[in-house]
This record gives sequence, structure tokens and C-alpha cells, in this order.
Amino acid sequence: MHIHPLERRWAWIATLMVVVMIVIVAWTAVGMKIHPPSNVEPIDSTQLHRTDEFAEDNLGVQRAADGTVVARLVMARYMVRPSEITLPAGVPIVVRVASADVLHGLHVAGTNIGTQVVPGYVSQVRTTIHFADVAKIGIANPDGSVTVPIYCNEYCGLGHQSMWGRIKVTRQ
Amino acid sequence: MSAVAQPERPDRLALAHLWVGFALFLVASLLGLYQLLERNGLVATSAATYYQSMTLHGVVMAFVLTTFFIVGYGYFVTVTSLGRPIPWRRLAWLGFAVMLAGTLVAAGAIASGTSTVLYTFYPPMVAHWSFYAGAALLLVGSLPWTVTTIAMTVRWKRENPGRPIPLPQFGMTACAILWSWTLVGVVIEVVFQMLPLALGLIETIDLGLARALFAWTLHPIVYFWLIPAYVALYTIVPKAAGGYLFSDEMGRIVFVMLLVFSLPVGLHHIFVDPQQAAGWKLMHAFGTFLVALPTLLTGFTVAASLETAGRLRGGRGLFGWIRKLPWGEPVVVGGILAAILLLPGGFGGLINASYAMDTMVHNTMWVPAHFHLIFGGSVVIVYLACAYHLWPKLTGRRLRSRGMAVAQLWLWFVGILALTIPWHVVGLLWMPRRTAYSPYDPEIVARWASYTTPMIVGGLLMVVSAVLFLLNLLLTHWNRAAEPDRAMSYADPLEPVVTVPGLLNGFAVWNWLVLVLMLIAFAYPIGQFFFIDVHEALPWGAK
Repeated sequence: MHIHPLERRWAWIATLMVVVMIVIVAWTAVGMKIHPPSNVEPIDSTQLHRTDEFAEDNLGVQRAADGTVVARLVMARYMVRPSEITLPAGVPIVVRVASADVLHGLHVAGTNIGTQVVPGYVSQVRTTIHFADVAKIGIANPDGSVTVPIYCNEYCGLGHQSMWGRIKVTRQ
Repeated sequence: MSAVAQPERPDRLALAHLWVGFALFLVASLLGLYQLLERNGLVATSAATYYQSMTLHGVVMAFVLTTFFIVGYGYFVTVTSLGRPIPWRRLAWLGFAVMLAGTLVAAGAIASGTSTVLYTFYPPMVAHWSFYAGAALLLVGSLPWTVTTIAMTVRWKRENPGRPIPLPQFGMTACAILWSWTLVGVVIEVVFQMLPLALGLIETIDLGLARALFAWTLHPIVYFWLIPAYVALYTIVPKAAGGYLFSDEMGRIVFVMLLVFSLPVGLHHIFVDPQQAAGWKLMHAFGTFLVALPTLLTGFTVAASLETAGRLRGGRGLFGWIRKLPWGEPVVVGGILAAILLLPGGFGGLINASYAMDTMVHNTMWVPAHFHLIFGGSVVIVYLACAYHLWPKLTGRRLRSRGMAVAQLWLWFVGILALTIPWHVVGLLWMPRRTAYSPYDPEIVARWASYTTPMIVGGLLMVVSAVLFLLNLLLTHWNRAAEPDRAMSYADPLEPVVTVPGLLNGFAVWNWLVLVLMLIAFAYPIGQFFFIDVHEALPWGAK
């Protein structure tokens, strides 16, 4: 075995780089509490319309008793229901979404709202929308709000590209 | 190591594999250009055609080109580095036939329009059963190579007790073992879930299970593609540059690390899936960063080997050796360009692996930008460069044009950057991937418009490059000038390797370690679906 001294030094530097990156990622998770949207919550995707939560008249934006804003969406080929919702910036929001058929993805430009929508499970994202971020990417409305697109970002069939909606973000 | 005796070299076997891979590579390149034009609104077909094309493009590039190249190149490297013939030549040809049959069956299913599910399958969408059967045959057909590679290493070790396995074969053995582990996830998914569902034998599918099994395969498969390229960077490029391998031992450490680290990290592909708990995702994120380590080490060793070559050729000063490298030698140019592109490609990968940041870029154009850069720019470019090195040895004819070969590799390099830099940018501007066109609000689409031209120029350059590549190989077969040097030899290490520790001369211990790590990493993420009460999904067509 011979490892050249220069190579040995580089191996230590490379290891240190990897350790630093792991520490940063651990900090974002544990310190800053930023997590990807895990939510192991089974649901029967074929019966969404018969549930209380994802029945059509319950979809859209509601304010919970504790002040949290909850948006409920259903994704199904090739639409997002409701296709236009209004959410306030600067307050904690919860987005709950279920698929009625195949695999979809929910992604809202300018926000941290991003999750796969897997039939059989309720996907849930907790976040706060920052107005400055959506203002950079969205379309300014005359009333001072900003409209950003909701994309289905997972291939879901031959009409995938047509599956999108809009979120109007109001300044808090 | 110097040229070894090369009895009964599998030249025709290697050529057959490489030709199938490269011929379909050209088809898939043309499809890629069509998709680029279609999604930017420059040709108008239908969304169905676009997604059908994308399915074939992905299947050919990710499964067909890679597997055929690796098996063909693998047989050649094994025989020439060990100096032993393949013990089971008929089995090898049978494997080739099965792979080819599988490819044709799967391609037929895609062409029929019944299987537009993309190369990542995406249940509960279900393709025609022949799509999965074809894919399974392609994978099964590669097993004779896997078995042969491992068996030849075992036999060589028995006959040469205490001697280090030649590094090229050590790398290819790591590759074959990695491939065996990699296949487990997708094979279980195809055999027990997708095929029965497509045949109507089962009525529903457990998606959480299917996605965990596919994630098992999806990361190490990338290293199955990459290891043969690294073998070339360590053992072919330094030799062709007129130098030595800086460190044989570091190469062994790297191949072991690639095997061990790349397997237990697949959940990073489903970071934003709901059905896996966050703690498991975080654990796989940490593991993913470890995979950066062997690549960082490789960058150093390859650069140091090239510097040795440059200085031997009379280069002086801190950077003077770079000018002295043989810039007219295709395999050296391809190796250097691949190593350069590994930097931005790897950087993008670290962003994707970042537990918190991934959500922002997930399934935006950033993701295809990343994997086209790292796959096209660091893996395929080495395959092309190796082909230039191997063709004269395989055919006995001089390469038709070395100048065109070097120009082709540079074109590919410029093309992939022109294609993927704009893709990264529009990804950060939230453009979703895998859309046939962009029917969104015009103000939103307008933000992406200025990036269209460079990406189309990039795609065109890559297609021109692919055509020049195939043309050069084809014309080489009819070149009148015979190749004087048909012997295949590999780079000698700077310091001769007499003995290496047993841990760096075999894989038994590492296999056990992989087993333990896979149990830790996947026992719960996969096993949970047998216990939690889930509603399985119904199958759907692509329409």
C-alpha cells in the first residue's frame, strides 16, 4: 500500500468537504426545521368525493379555529380543483391535497409548496408564503395581489401539460 | 500494466454489443432534438407523440445504450486485463440475443402507442405487458456478463494467490456486483407488481411499495453507468496520454466506495413523496453526500495522472503541463472534458441531494438539466471516447479520422453546456419538466423565452456530434489503413503495486457491508407497506 502524501492530504480535504455539507444539511433539518413534505396518511383515492374532507363543497381555502389557513385541493387528470384559489402571504398555511386517479405533483412557483401527490395518501405541506418571493416570479394584479401558477410537475398521462391552476397571493 | 497475452479476444462480441448501443443512441439523439423543438413550439405534432418519443428516448439512453455498452466493453476489458478468454462464449452470445430481443419487444410496445409511461414507469399508469417483458429481458440478458465477470475474477484470484487483481478488472467486478444489487428493486417491482398488473392477474397495486422498490434501483444504476467510465479514466486515459496512473490503490478505494455508498441512498429520489417519513429521507440524504467522496478522489487522481503525463512530455511550470497533453488523442480529450463536466454536474447533484433545497427544484427543468449534464457530459462522452480508442483494436482498421473524432467530442461538450445551462436557469424559474408544451399564462411563459435559442443550438450541436461519431466508426470498418497496434494495454501505476490488503483485492467483506446497510436503509421504508393499512391504486392507461 502506498498512498502519496499529496493524495492523502486531498483525501482529508475531500472528507472534510463532505462532512461540512452533511452538517449543513443536518442544520437545515434540525436547526431550521425545514423538512420535505412527509405525511404518511392513507386515504381511499377512489372515494375522495365521499369523504368529508375532499368532497367538492369542502375544497378551497378555509381558516381553521387557531387562525391557520388551510387549502384543500384535489388533483385529477388533467385538472387541479379548485383551479384558482386565494392565499394570504405572511401567515402559516397548510396545503392538503389528494389525487383522484394517478400520480401527480403539486408545485407552486415562488413558494415552498411542492409535493408528490400519490394516490392512496394525503399530501400535506406546511409553509408561509413570502410576498416578495412570489412577486418576483408571478403576475402583478391591479388590486396589489400577485398570481402564481400551480403546476402538476409529475408526468401523469398524455394531457399532463394542461394540468395547472392559479393561486392569487394577497399581501398580509 | 503492460500488454498481456490476449488469447481469443471477444472482439466480435464486443463490437456487436457496442454497435447495437450506438445505433440506437443515434435514434434517441434525434428523438431528443425533436422533443426540444416540439416543447418550444417549433414543430407541432401532438402531446401523445411527444410523450411517446420521450419514453423511447429515455428507455434507449438510460437502459439500452448503457447496458449494451457496458456489457460489450466489460467483456473486452476483462479479457484484455486478465489475459484470459471468456469461459462461456455461447452464454455470452445468448445474453446478447436476449438483450436484443428485449430491446426490440419494448421498442415495439412503445412504438405501438400503448406504453407511453416514460422510462421511469410511473404506476399506477400501466403500459402494455410487452413493455415490461421487454425491459425484463434486457435486464436478464445482461446477467451472463455479470456472472462471467465475477466468476473470472474469482478464478483469477485462485490461480494468482496474493497478487492484486488488475485494476481495470477490479473496477468492472465492482460494476458487476453493483449491477446485481441494483437490479433487485426494479426486478421485484416488474415481476411482482407491473407485469401481473399489466396482464390483469392482479387488480390493484401498492404504490408506496412500488416507488420504494424503484428508488432502490434508481441511484445505484447511475453508478453502474459511471464505473466503466471511471475505469477508463483510471486505466485507459493516463496510458493514452503517455503517463502513469497516479495511484492504483486509490482507484481500488474509489471502486469499493462507489459500490458501498451508492446503494443505500435511493430515497433521495422520493424526498417529496408523502408516504415515507422524514427521518428516513434525512438518513438517505446523508448517505448521498458520502457518494460525492469517491468522485472528489477520482478528480484528484485523474488530474494528477494527467499532470504526470504532461510533465513526462516536457511540460513545465504550474500549468505548462496542460499544453503538452496530447490534445489530438480522442480518448484523452474525452476523458478531460468528462472530468471538467463532472464539476458542474456533481454540484447540481449535491443541490438535489440537499434534503431542504430539493423541494424547490424537484421535477422542474433543473432535474433533467442535472442528469443530462452528468450523464451526457461525464458518462456518455467517455463511452464515445472509449469507442474511438477501441475501434481500431476491434476492427484492425485505423480510425477513419482522429481530427473529426476530437472535433466531435468538443462539439458534444459545447452542445451539452448550451443545452443544460439554460435548462438549469428555467428550472430555477420554476418551469416544470416533461411537458409537451407550455400552455400557462403568457406572462409566465415569457420569462423562459430568452433561453430557448441557446438550448436549441445545444441540441443541434449534440445531434451533429452524434452523427459525426457514428460516421467515423462506420467508415473505420472500411478504412484501408490497417491499425498496427491492436494490443490493448492499460496504464501502469506510478509506483508498482506488488501487494494490496485483502480488503482492496476482493469484495466479500464489502458485500456483507452492503447487505447490512441495505437492511438499515430499506427494511423499514419497504417493509412498512406490508403492515400499514393502505388503499392500493387502480391501474390507468396513459390516456
